[in-house]
Amino acid sequence: MDSLTKAIELLISFDRDVMEIAGRSLSISGTACLLASLICIPLGSLIHFHHFPGKRVLINIIQTLFFLPTVLVGLFLLVLLSRTGPLGELGILFTPTAMVIGQMILITPLLLGLTISALSGVSKEIVDTATSLGASGFQTIWLVLREARYAVLVAVLIGFGRAISEVGCALMVGGNIKGATRIITTVISLEAGKGNLELAMALGIILLFLALIINIALNRLQQR
Amino acid sequence: MKSFSPNFIEVIDLSHNYGEQEVLQGLSLSIGKGEVFALIGPTGAGKTTLLRIIDLLEVPGAGEIYFDGNFIPRSGKQRLEIRRRMSFIHQKPQVFNLSVYDNVACGLRWRGEKRNGIADKVDHILEIVGLEGYKNRNARTLSGGEAQRVALARSLVLEPEVLLLDEPTANLDPISTAKIEQLISYVARQSNTTMIMATHDMSQGQQLADRIGILLDGRLVQTGNATDIFHSPLNEEVAHFVGMENIIEGIIIANNEGIATVNIGGNAIQAVSNYPAGKEVYTCIRPEDITLALSRTQSSARNSFQAQVTQVTTLGPLSRVEINCGFRLVALVTKISAEELNLQAGREVYATFKATGVHIMERKTS
Repeated sequence: MDSLTKAIELLISFDRDVMEIAGRSLSISGTACLLASLICIPLGSLIHFHHFPGKRVLINIIQTLFFLPTVLVGLFLLVLLSRTGPLGELGILFTPTAMVIGQMILITPLLLGLTISALSGVSKEIVDTATSLGASGFQTIWLVLREARYAVLVAVLIGFGRAISEVGCALMVGGNIKGATRIITTVISLEAGKGNLELAMALGIILLFLALIINIALNRLQQR
Repeated sequence: MKSFSPNFIEVIDLSHNYGEQEVLQGLSLSIGKGEVFALIGPTGAGKTTLLRIIDLLEVPGAGEIYFDGNFIPRSGKQRLEIRRRMSFIHQKPQVFNLSVYDNVACGLRWRGEKRNGIADKVDHILEIVGLEGYKNRNARTLSGGEAQRVALARSLVLEPEVLLLDEPTANLDPISTAKIEQLISYVARQSNTTMIMATHDMSQGQQLADRIGILLDGRLVQTGNATDIFHSPLNEEVAHFVGMENIIEGIIIANNEGIATVNIGGNAIQAVSNYPAGKEVYTCIRPEDITLALSRTQSSARNSFQAQVTQVTTLGPLSRVEINCGFRLVALVTKISAEELNLQAGREVYATFKATGVHIMERKTS
């Protein structure tokens, strides 16, 4: 209980370490989620609105990758970005950039799949109505995205939740370097091992608090 | 009668299938500019499919479409340009999950109109459909009748050259129906909008349309003005569909200068017809053309039969009277006269109808 009291003290006093780590978590996962959304929402719309052979198979593959293990993404990036690897020259291994890329890869299938299912929730009649009112193909897609806006936002929030709570990939390609790549989850897993429980607990509370905020937002959206 | 410049919309030999099922079969139709055309037929006759093809939402299995003299290709950018000259009001109003204002404005925005112009037009049209106070309401929160008026406003604001309506009042209560019908006839009178309206409601077609087409099983069986179709249906199918309750088999036994005598189970009926003696026919008499009286009246009507009432049913202000005069007939009289005559089962009456009130159609023996 002693360490829990100390953890709360750390939070109340806005401890610099705690704030720096939590801020980095937010900015890395936020960036990953934003970039993934910018790719996945248009790409998901493209897949949804076009008929092509193998579409069903593609969607099945995307859905399978929802459960992509985080350490697998980490391993893949480690091999790719290590000095001797094909992209080693970039020199981004053990930087926040690598962590952003890792989380993007991780949540892309989820965002893509949930965007497609959000768009499928908009009835065929809505699409027909827009077309009859003179919408071009692009205008129709935009309208359908607006119709599905709450479901698409839910997809983005779920993607953010998965990004901020993952540890495997961030640890492997980030390296938990003090002042550079330490984020909430990597600190919890490593500091707890070293017996530094109060910092781990303080960060754990922040993570739970973030989960709570996301959950409240999801509930609000789903009631619409 | 209004006159129309012909062939504004022309479809030639249109056929369409959904899988195994043939929905349209060799259908040709041309509609004049400014004409209000009602497409009448039962559910599943292909009305919606025909409207969807005319709106270029669907590409027909076979056949050609011309719009204002231009051939419409099966794909390409020209279809969007032509589609933007039309507007289609679907059977179930699909409002977008946006404000009423945004719903009505979207078609104008898609056409790239200026913001100020859009605001003026939207305000004006919302006033016409009586939704001026609803601008900022989310359209999903409206009742069915209100949503249908949003759908109508959304189409009318575009000032389309062609308005396509698919069962515009199918799911509405009588008051909402009356409002929508009023709006449609207002638009028809105000602007020179060409309208094609699908409905299964005969009286709606009669009330709103310049010309009616009867669509049965994917075939346009008969087109003409309401009077033609109601009183002179082309065949038994159409006759049934337009509410011709008395369709009786008979054989023409004589024809004297256009007045035919038809033998119906031993009774002779006089009718205006050019079919020769020996022709097997159906004899059609509209129930409202039969008058009932307690004694044989002196009148110019050529047909008068003694009959016995078998059943009386009240239909609002009218009474539907089934009688037996050697063959079964249904007559429609006002409720008041049914009461004055004390019509009830077993009562003896005289049924009278004119030779011109009888429509004779050919009976094809298979």
